[in-house]
Order: sequence, then structure tokens, then C-alpha cells
Amino acid sequence: MSKYTDHLGRPLVAITGLGVVSSLGQGKEENWAALTSGTSGIHTITRFALDNLRTQIAGTVDFLEESTKGASALSQKLASLAAEEAVAQAGFPVDDFGGPLFLAAPPVELEWRNRFALDALVKSEGEPGYDLLLAACRRGPQEDMFNTAEFGYIAEVLADKFGTRGLPITLSTACASGATAIQLGVEAIRRGESDRVLSIGTDGSVSAEALIRFSLLSALSTHNEPAHKAAKPFSKDRDGFVMAEGSGAMVMESLESAVARGANVLGIMRGCGEKADDFHRTRSKPDGSPAIGAVRASLEDAGIEEGAIDYINAHGTSTPENDKMEYLALSTVFGDRISSLPVSSNKSMIGHTLTAAGAIEAVFSVLTIQTGTIPPTINYDNPDPAIVMDVVPNVKREASVSSVLSSSFGFGGQNTCLVMTAEPN
Amino acid sequence: MQNNTVVITGIGLISSLGEGVDAHWKAFNDGLEPRIDSETFKPYAVHPLVEVDWNNQIPKRGDQRQMETWQRIGTYTAGLALQDAGIKDDESLCASMDMVVAAGGGERDVSVDTQILAEARVRNDIGTMLNEKLTTELRPTLFLAQLSNLLAGNISIVHKVTGSSRTFMGEEGSGISAIDTAVARIRSGQSTHALVGGSYNSQHPDMLLGYELNGMLKRDGWAPLWQREDSEGGGIVTGSGGAFLVLESAEHAQKRGARVYAAIDGIYSAQIRRSRDDLTQTVAKLIGAASADKAADLIISGASGAKHVTAVEKAAFDTFSSSAVRGVAGKLGHLREAQFPLVVALAALSVFNGSAFPPVDAKNEKAGPSSVNTALATSIGGTRSEGVARLVKV
Repeated sequence: MSKYTDHLGRPLVAITGLGVVSSLGQGKEENWAALTSGTSGIHTITRFALDNLRTQIAGTVDFLEESTKGASALSQKLASLAAEEAVAQAGFPVDDFGGPLFLAAPPVELEWRNRFALDALVKSEGEPGYDLLLAACRRGPQEDMFNTAEFGYIAEVLADKFGTRGLPITLSTACASGATAIQLGVEAIRRGESDRVLSIGTDGSVSAEALIRFSLLSALSTHNEPAHKAAKPFSKDRDGFVMAEGSGAMVMESLESAVARGANVLGIMRGCGEKADDFHRTRSKPDGSPAIGAVRASLEDAGIEEGAIDYINAHGTSTPENDKMEYLALSTVFGDRISSLPVSSNKSMIGHTLTAAGAIEAVFSVLTIQTGTIPPTINYDNPDPAIVMDVVPNVKREASVSSVLSSSFGFGGQNTCLVMTAEPN
Repeated sequence: MQNNTVVITGIGLISSLGEGVDAHWKAFNDGLEPRIDSETFKPYAVHPLVEVDWNNQIPKRGDQRQMETWQRIGTYTAGLALQDAGIKDDESLCASMDMVVAAGGGERDVSVDTQILAEARVRNDIGTMLNEKLTTELRPTLFLAQLSNLLAGNISIVHKVTGSSRTFMGEEGSGISAIDTAVARIRSGQSTHALVGGSYNSQHPDMLLGYELNGMLKRDGWAPLWQREDSEGGGIVTGSGGAFLVLESAEHAQKRGARVYAAIDGIYSAQIRRSRDDLTQTVAKLIGAASADKAADLIISGASGAKHVTAVEKAAFDTFSSSAVRGVAGKLGHLREAQFPLVVALAALSVFNGSAFPPVDAKNEKAGPSSVNTALATSIGGTRSEGVARLVKV
């Protein structure tokens, strides 16, 4: 084991650039100030009509020009802003990054506004429906609309803008996507395919239809008033997650190449672990074994004992199911220590940024290591007696944190965990 | 770091031509006419899925109901691949198996969408109307049935593949990256065995719309793949189907005595900006790189039929004098995300059998060669992403 390789002789992976956008603001500084002061970014939705909707709140990003331009445009912009910040911090040219791109992006479909616009072109020709939409297309290509519905489009634009290398990977592992983008980057560095990677998780897909889809699965909080109290992970009265938007970006490099070029190493991405669940499309196996397996796999991959973890950045969605299962998994792995180990959920403030969540929360995990400040779990007014954890209730805490576990669990049996440390060994 | 040989030990295929490896090999060798439906989606033609008894690979009706067609095709095909590799009922091999799925999405509810389009013509409060219709008409489970990562989710549930589960998106490029990533992980020792593939349902107007927004579909019926440049519309005729592969390190395969179709010697991929960079040169370069040691005996082309792009791919092939080419989309349509897995599977079968099937379009494809030891598989995306795989006899 040299100083640049891990317990398995693989290249150690340094984190040298971080970028983030959320409903709390743009950039690390703004986000970290809000997050550590317990500020919520959840608010009443203004983007679309709320009639007939049981859930009327979200953590949408409303301060960008693209905020009203549709899911594809906003997801692209959010990713671009986060990546600019990360690449600049790492000190690489923003238009010539020179490594591969791993992008977690939401599966977006053609927006209703575009379907209506197509229909308007051919209204006089007959009854509405897909036949007529297709007839409208035959009048001439609709390239802008086409791009918004192509899954590969955002990565193509980003690859071009940032000068990443090769065929970019766009991926979705539901609510674990952001963590998977990081994991793919780590694996590429360990394989020696590149000495640097850009991993991004982005999601700007809050629309009426997206909200209704989750609502029909009874996944969302209906705690509309006051909005900032809606996301309450690990509370007894938690009633669902709050949809949200944002992006997290991370530049990672082999530690050896980061040191060689004199880069500022912000932390080490020590390990990644995953395990798929085969129980149900939206529910976890009752014994929690897949989530437990993912946590253990990440510790094993990192080559550290559970006792070395100082803080857990939880998935903590605020759904009855997730928080219960997450507690089962964590208490199984960490044993009695779980009652005194700080575990907090950023989602209590930024909501569930879905595809972006794993990446944003990894960024916040590194900031925790760097600053020695643990962001709180806000809205923790009615503790769930079945979940005996130190959730860093309501107020931030100063602590020396040298290693963090960040967990992500998603629909479709997706479980991915990341382990980040301050030091390589 | 290890440098393992990566081999294909299982192939699952389903398309308009039939189900399974043998049916496809026979259909291509017997020169069967392509199966085409030119009526249902007129003026578009599609290659409809062969009749399938879903119960064969998805025994629970409840599971079948939870999937839209592309998920069902994919889950079914994944089962065929696992069965072909002889590990379908091996719980521990499935539980430790990695998975990379190339997925699309879509397949919206046509009736709900049609109702909304109709209402939108007569109402001014569009936002309110949308909420009304969507909250009352959408089937709650449809969301999951069309969600991209739920094809992998269903494969985990139905076939118990749970080592890992990653879903790549992005049209043809997702199929290229999926195989590339699975191969790279096995080669380097990050994984020992993996299930990789994708599926596509052409028989849905929402899927046709995705292409036709950019005028990419052929509008005057089917024609041979390499003869579409002057036809009406954009040249693509889509097909329903799925293609999954079981990949293993040679050592892993040998230990369990698995039958090996071929080794994946290399994946060469790119994504140029086509508005700026030269696609012909890019394709030629990828094929050149894949032929560096020795020219391949055969090229199984995944050319989509898209005008210009398909002609460019052909032009790049023609700069290599030796290889015989087979454009398989002329026979079973373009399968988008599943196109690269499909051509890799067919190239592996050609290597395994040591022979090339007859030209699909005899006017534009050379006969021969007499034997096949190496084959390339290509997928040059209709809009973006370029990939070539090299398969060799083991």
C-alpha cells in the first residue's frame, strides 16, 4: 500500500471540486450558510396551478431564468451551474476538463406545453390525439422539442461545454442516481481509465404531472401549511417526502495526480457500495437486508470499520417507510452506537432532490468534513420513539468529522452508499 | 489491476423474428422476409414483436401487470439470457450478479393523453384541467411501469439479480456504455459476472413521436436498410425487441463449465459533435481501432436507417475492403437502446458458429466470408453516440 493506493492497492480517489445548487441558493457558500442555520427551502409551488392537488409544496429552484422553461432546460442549467463551480474549484479549465462525464439526470418526457403546441399546429385537421401529433411533426422538424425528450441530450450539451472526454454516461438509479454517478466515476479512476472525472446529479423536473405521479403512489407529504415544516425526517408525524430540485457536482481525481499538480484535496472518496432489492417496486425487503448490504459493502470497499464513521448523512426522506427501514439498516450495522452517532437528513431543509440527491448530499458530506459543522435535521418536534437516533435535532453541531457515510435508497430496489474521509489513511 | 478476458456465456433475444438464439440464427440464415406492420401506425411501418407467452419468463401475472411493454420485453429477454447461460435458477450466482440496463421510458397512457388534448382545445384554465384529468385518470402504477430504472427493478424482482443495478439512459449510446462499463468492470476484476442489455417497444405512438419530432421515421413503408436515402421521411423503421447478454470473466465461466459464445475483445466508443466533427472519419477511426491487429471477418451493423448517418456508416465500411457487412435493422428494425446489445449478440453468434449468415440486402452487402473468427458490431446513433465492439473466437 503506497500513500496513493488504498487497502486493496487501488488508486485512492481525491475530491478536488464541489458544486451545488438547491432551493436554498446557488453555490456552496449560500447553500452551506442556509443549511447550517436550519433554513428550509420548501415553499408553496408557484410554477403551476395547484387546484385539485393534495400536495402543494416543493423545494423547486425558482430563481433561474430556466426555472419556467421545462424539466430538460432546468435540469441542464442546474447541472451546468454546479459543474462550473466544481471544475473551477478543482482548477481545471472550465471548457477543457479532459476527463469523462457521469451524469445522473431525470428521465424526462415531452412536456404538456409542447404537446399542446403541436396540437395547435393541426387543430383544424381533425380529432386530437397521437395521430394528429405525428401529423404535426410531418409538417417539419421540431428540433427544440425533440431535444427536450432525448435522454442523451443534456449530457451531450454538458460534454461539449466542459470539454469532457469520450461518450458521456447518463444514468438513473432513481433516488440513488447521484450516488451512482459518483460511484461510476470512482470505478473509472480505479481502473486507470482517467486521472480525473466529473460526476453530476441534477434534477429540475418538478411539474404538475411529476408531482401527481408521486402523489398517486402516496409518497408525498401533504403538510402544505406551513410549507417549511413539511419535511420532517425521523419524526413520528412524518407523512411523505417533499419533491425538490437542485444539482450537485463533484470533480474527483486519483490522489496521486491531484497531489502531483498541487491541487487542494478536499477529501477522499474512500468507498462505494450497492445492493439491489428484489422484494417490491417501492417497498424494501422487510428484513432490510439489501440496505444493510449496501452500507456494509461501502464500508468494506472503503476498508474501514463501522466504528470509524463519525457522521451519517442519511437518505432520510421523511416517508414513513424509508426512515423506518433506514433506521433498521443503520442500527443493524452500527449496533448500539447508532443512538449516539450523529445522523442527519439534509432533506429536512432542501427536500428530496430525487436524481440529484445522492450527489448534493455527497457535496454536503464533504463540506461537513471540511468545516466541522454537522447540518441539523430540522422539524424534529415529535421524535419517532421507534427510531432512537441522534438526528442532530433542529440545530447544527460543531464536531470533528473525519469520515462520513452517505446513504441513498430508491424505488426499484436501488441502494447505494458512499464513504468519504478527510484523510487517505 | 487484473486484465481478465471477458466472454459472453448467455444470450437472450426476442424480436419480430422470433424468440431465442436459435430462432434468430435460423431466421437470418434462411433469409426470411422481415415481418412488418404497415397499417397500425400508418404512414409508419414497424416490426412488431413476435407473439410471446409472458408466463414463460415472468410467471406471476401480478408482475406482468406492473410493467409496460418495454419493461416486459426486457424482463423476459433477461430471463432468456440467464437461462441460456445456465444460471437462471442459481440463486447465489444471481444474487452476486451485476446488472447494467440500457433503458428508455415513455409509453404513456394514450387514452388519458388524448382526453387531455381534447379538453385543452375547449378550456382556458389549462393548468386546472391538467390537474383534474391527471389526478383522476392516471393509473397510479403506470408511473413505475414506465420509469426507466424499473426495468432493472423488475429484473431484480422477477429473476433475483441483485448484485448491483444500474440503469443507463441516452438512446443508442446507453446500450454502448452499458456493455462498455460491464466489460471494463469484469476485465479489471471489479466484477466477475454481469447481465447487460436493453429492450424497446416500437408499437406505441408515444415512441414513434419521440423520433418523429425530429422527422426521423421513414414514411413510405419498409425498404432495405441501405436503400432509404431517397425515401420519404427520415429513414428509420423501428422494431420491437430486446437483447440481453450474460458476461463473465473467462475464469469464472470456465470454473462453472459454461459454454462460451465469444470473447469481447474491446469496445470503442465516441460521441462527437456531428454539427462540427466528421462522422465518416469517426466511424472509420473506431473500426480502424477495432481492427488494429487484424481486420475482422464480418461487421454486424446496427445502422438505424436514419438518413445521412446510415449512408455515412456505409461509406466508412466501404473504406475497408475486406469485411462483409450485415445491416440487421433491415430485417428486424431499429431497437434504439437495445441496438448495440443486439448487434453484439449477433456478432457473437456469428463467431460462435464460425460463419456469416447471408446478406440481408444482397445489393449492398457482400457474400461470404467462408469462416468467421472475429466480428465487429456497430451502433452509430441516429442523433449522437458511436460505438464498435470487437468479438473474437475463444
